[in-house]
Amino acid sequence: MFKKLLPNKILSLNNNLITTLLIIMILVIAVGLMFALFISPSDYIQGDSARIMYVHVPSSFIALGCFGFIGIGSILNLIFKIKFIPLMTKSLAPVGCIFSLVSIVTGSLWGKPTWGIWWVWDARLTSMSILFLFYLAYIFTWKFVNNFEKANKISSVIGIIGLFNLPIIRYSVDWWSTLHQSSSITLTSAPTIHYTMLIPLIIMFFGMVMYSLIIFLMSYKTEVMKFKLDKKKNRK
Amino acid sequence: MLIKKVKSRIKFLMILMLLLTIVIFLILKSLEENIVYFFSPTEIYDKPNISLNKKIRIGGLVKEESIKKDQTSIKFIITDLKNEIIVSYNGSVPNLFSEGKGVIAEGQLKDKKYFVADSILAKHDENYMPPEVSKALEKSKY
Repeated sequence: MFKKLLPNKILSLNNNLITTLLIIMILVIAVGLMFALFISPSDYIQGDSARIMYVHVPSSFIALGCFGFIGIGSILNLIFKIKFIPLMTKSLAPVGCIFSLVSIVTGSLWGKPTWGIWWVWDARLTSMSILFLFYLAYIFTWKFVNNFEKANKISSVIGIIGLFNLPIIRYSVDWWSTLHQSSSITLTSAPTIHYTMLIPLIIMFFGMVMYSLIIFLMSYKTEVMKFKLDKKKNRK
Repeated sequence: MLIKKVKSRIKFLMILMLLLTIVIFLILKSLEENIVYFFSPTEIYDKPNISLNKKIRIGGLVKEESIKKDQTSIKFIITDLKNEIIVSYNGSVPNLFSEGKGVIAEGQLKDKKYFVADSILAKHDENYMPPEVSKALEKSKY
């Protein structure tokens, strides 16, 4: 199945596959939203304003995850110089960028009724803003640097430096005093979210991942086509 | 030849990333005072040369049964379960401000025990549960 991601095979990516994924995604998001907005209980302290969590938390995970892929892809790119890696990371960047913006905006909307303020420059919020800026830098490099190899090198460096921001974001709430609360979901300890809220959260996360996957596949196919066309043009 | 090139690239990148880690660590360490969003009462106590009447933030829990409201102002005690500071504030507090819950006060220290706040933020913890579960937990405490 992963062979499909190789440049030769991706062009055969069926539009039917995209349509199928799209239908599944819409169903998953619909179920997720039903639970998120109506069926799941309100929080014992925050009431219904906690429901923004069902968009804010998955967006944050996806924003971080996408840059993780971009960062690791950048490292592999500089070491092995495999041509389709930058085509993949190029396709991931806009999705991750949008989700980092969604995370920041939904977080701000959540902060006003709960904390009492729209924004603070604590470690978590600041490092997330820096992530958003790294995404912009990565995307603009590919947009404004005309030479493919130059853009490849510069964007890979941006990807690797930005990779160091990711553990800072994750541990910002543990290493320093922040207004943002510490993690409710971690790899090493039990979640501090009740299962009636955790399950809709997972459903929404899955739906948003599917959305990201669809956008990525469509974008990657386009990038491969563009790349092959440019190679042909340069040969003439 | 190719494997040699790859190996040398890997070495170069590893060294570069190691240097980056050290540089970032040093930068973050030196900026620590500006990165922390608030001090706890214990940190205030332990500070040797705290400048009074300088704008700072203190954070902790609102001590149980310490909130005293009157017409325009509110007084409460902020605690980190080891040390306490009395806070006074003129104005309205956020909805989530309550006893036993987290709070961040921004303002000035009058002395090591007394703080005048010009803004109050409520801080909530990482626990999320329905009201029924919370009530059941409260009951099981007794």
